[in-house]
Amino acid sequence: MDSNNNESNDSRRDFLRKGFVATAAVATGLGLVETACKETKPKTGDKVKLLSPDGKIVEVDSSMINPAIPDSLLSKHNVREGVPGKKFVMVIDLSRCRNAGKCKSACSKMHYLPDNRSYIKINKMQDSDKAAPYWMPTPCFHCDNPPCVKVCPVGATFKLTDGIVGIDNERCIGCRFCMVACPYSARVFNWDTEYQLNITQMNEIKPHAACSTHVSGTVEKCDFCPTNTAKDELPDCVQACPNGVFYFGDEVEDVVSNGDETVRLSQLLKDKSGYRYLEDLGTKPRVYYLPPVNRQFPFKDAEVPTEAEGQTTHESGH
Amino acid sequence: MEPVKIKLDKSNQLLTDLMPKKFNASGKLWVGVLLVIVVIGFYAYIRQLQKGLVVTDMRDFTSWGIYISNFVFFVAISLVGSLVSAILKLANVRWRTPLVRISEIIAVAAIFFAAIIIIVDMGRPERFWHLFAFGRLQSPILWDVIVITTYLVVSSLLLYIPLLPDIAICRDLTPASLKFKKWFYTFLALNWRGTSQQYALIHKCINVLAVLVVPLALGIHTVTSWLFATTYRAGWDSSNFGPYFVAGAFQAGCGGVIAVTYVLRNHYNLKKYITTKHFDNMAKLLVLLSLVYLYFNINEYLVPGYKMKTVDGEHLKSLFTGHYAPLFWSVQIFGMVVPIVVMLFKKGRAPLPVFIVSLLVVVGAWFKRFLIVVPTLLHPFIPIQNVPASWHTYMPTWEEWAITSASLAGALLVITFFVRLFPIISIWEMTEEQQSPQIDEQTNLYEAQA
Repeated sequence: MDSNNNESNDSRRDFLRKGFVATAAVATGLGLVETACKETKPKTGDKVKLLSPDGKIVEVDSSMINPAIPDSLLSKHNVREGVPGKKFVMVIDLSRCRNAGKCKSACSKMHYLPDNRSYIKINKMQDSDKAAPYWMPTPCFHCDNPPCVKVCPVGATFKLTDGIVGIDNERCIGCRFCMVACPYSARVFNWDTEYQLNITQMNEIKPHAACSTHVSGTVEKCDFCPTNTAKDELPDCVQACPNGVFYFGDEVEDVVSNGDETVRLSQLLKDKSGYRYLEDLGTKPRVYYLPPVNRQFPFKDAEVPTEAEGQTTHESGH
Repeated sequence: MEPVKIKLDKSNQLLTDLMPKKFNASGKLWVGVLLVIVVIGFYAYIRQLQKGLVVTDMRDFTSWGIYISNFVFFVAISLVGSLVSAILKLANVRWRTPLVRISEIIAVAAIFFAAIIIIVDMGRPERFWHLFAFGRLQSPILWDVIVITTYLVVSSLLLYIPLLPDIAICRDLTPASLKFKKWFYTFLALNWRGTSQQYALIHKCINVLAVLVVPLALGIHTVTSWLFATTYRAGWDSSNFGPYFVAGAFQAGCGGVIAVTYVLRNHYNLKKYITTKHFDNMAKLLVLLSLVYLYFNINEYLVPGYKMKTVDGEHLKSLFTGHYAPLFWSVQIFGMVVPIVVMLFKKGRAPLPVFIVSLLVVVGAWFKRFLIVVPTLLHPFIPIQNVPASWHTYMPTWEEWAITSASLAGALLVITFFVRLFPIISIWEMTEEQQSPQIDEQTNLYEAQA
């Protein structure tokens, strides 16, 4: 129960969790603590750390805290509205991808995905027999003419003002028509009822209601990390990629960044002949690709995109 | 119009032959077997509700499996109702009379279980009401919900309204001592008295419904085909899909009604009413419908097969020479070519061969729906990779087979209990037929048989 918890190797998440508790405390807690102190509740003996308004960590008995965290305060985010004034866009530079798999693992970590599920797929592509193979990571393309949104019978998947295709897992009936309609196989399904998030995980995901909480029998997919974009941060896949494959940004501002460099979107697409996958389907994806020319890495086939290879990349530096 | 006079005594041979009869030993065995299948299916469904759709072999790529193909099959079979009771009626085909009720109960049972199986396929069946609360008219699923519900209602009316005079016969022949049975028939007969006014009304109703049901029937098959054709998938992205599905449905439905008719004819000894001429005629009809379906199949496979566009080509290769080739060619040959060839010959149109061929057509139709739904999903634009090996194929689990079999058994049970409770050949319409002076020689099958 002490603060030296070595098991948590994710400081960012830990930080978020503390921030979460702190926010809760500031918003509602202290008033409650005061009122709770006046009431005579039996002490439990369990101490809980809270952040006071003047920045001090205080320890109070758990009986003094009203355990009900008002969800309404935390999830003000309307699942059907986007970030105002933004048009999110992604550019994926295929010349830099070596199938390190970091985007995938970071994504799965951020979204608490079970082992057999992934929002990003890293596909081995070969356009023709003579053409060289290359790796192509595919998140959801957040199309501007989304076939999945068109076919949904209950409006459980929809287009947000910021360009993101969102899913309401409390609305979804699990007919899987959207999965069949998506030409890019971007959508995944919660096939089993067993995989469920624990309370901590739920509380971390809940403030950002656009992130799926893995409701069984419903569809989910890449959401461009609304948790991050709301804070003007890059999605986790973009941050995690060791090779700067992913650029993410705002079409309105005409700016994208891969974390290392920030460039003009229009200039990048112009200079490197950006294109969209299967343009002739008319789905108007919001994800652009830069062709795999002047490769940074030779193509190395991997039977299994292993963790080991990902680690080699990491150790050899970049 | 003069009302039909039906004698309610033992001298009326029609009553002795056509009134519903108690199950004999084989009937009881049949019901018992079907009930066991339904119970196993229920158990499998409870497991699916508890564990989720993970008990099926459907995964992110094959996200639709035999539930959906079974749904398409049920929708297809249900077309037979409108074929016999509407299209043949509007074409003034008189020999259809003893087949009308059989085909209409098949239609109602099939479309009812189509609706049930679609709920079975849902990840969140308890949210079914979302379709009504949040329904979006832009989605082909909603079109399907609307048109299937309407078809279910109209088909039920087409079954029920012509049944009224016969329910009244059952009511009048049931002794007052059997209280529940008497009440049941009295309730359902809606105070039918057999006046000329009532008969005029019933004829008018049937005519209106027969006209109404034709566009509806074409509608449900076309809309069901659009569930597939409105996507970009190889093998589904086809403007040919509507008529292709309608043609397939006519063929499957015709096979279905022949098979059921044959069983009922033998079991209840209805040879006097359902004659060899009926089988001959239905066989000719089935040949015609199979030829039309063959035509659409050639369209559907030859044209993309000629071009062999990348993903289309992979999909077609898996059907023509690949993993699904044995099933594909069996279905095309035994479900379509063999029936055409066999029934071109007069001997092939005798009741038994027609029955066997019809079974081939129906079984072929079921697997054909599987071949329409599943192989396409295994050939997405971005090839399936980096997933467990089992995700590259689809082989239904026992739960899926059990639930699917239960739905088929359920439909057969509905038909069986219907036959137990009501005359499966319309007594009043047969009487009308016999009393009618204007039976021309060509259609007077009953005399020919005698």
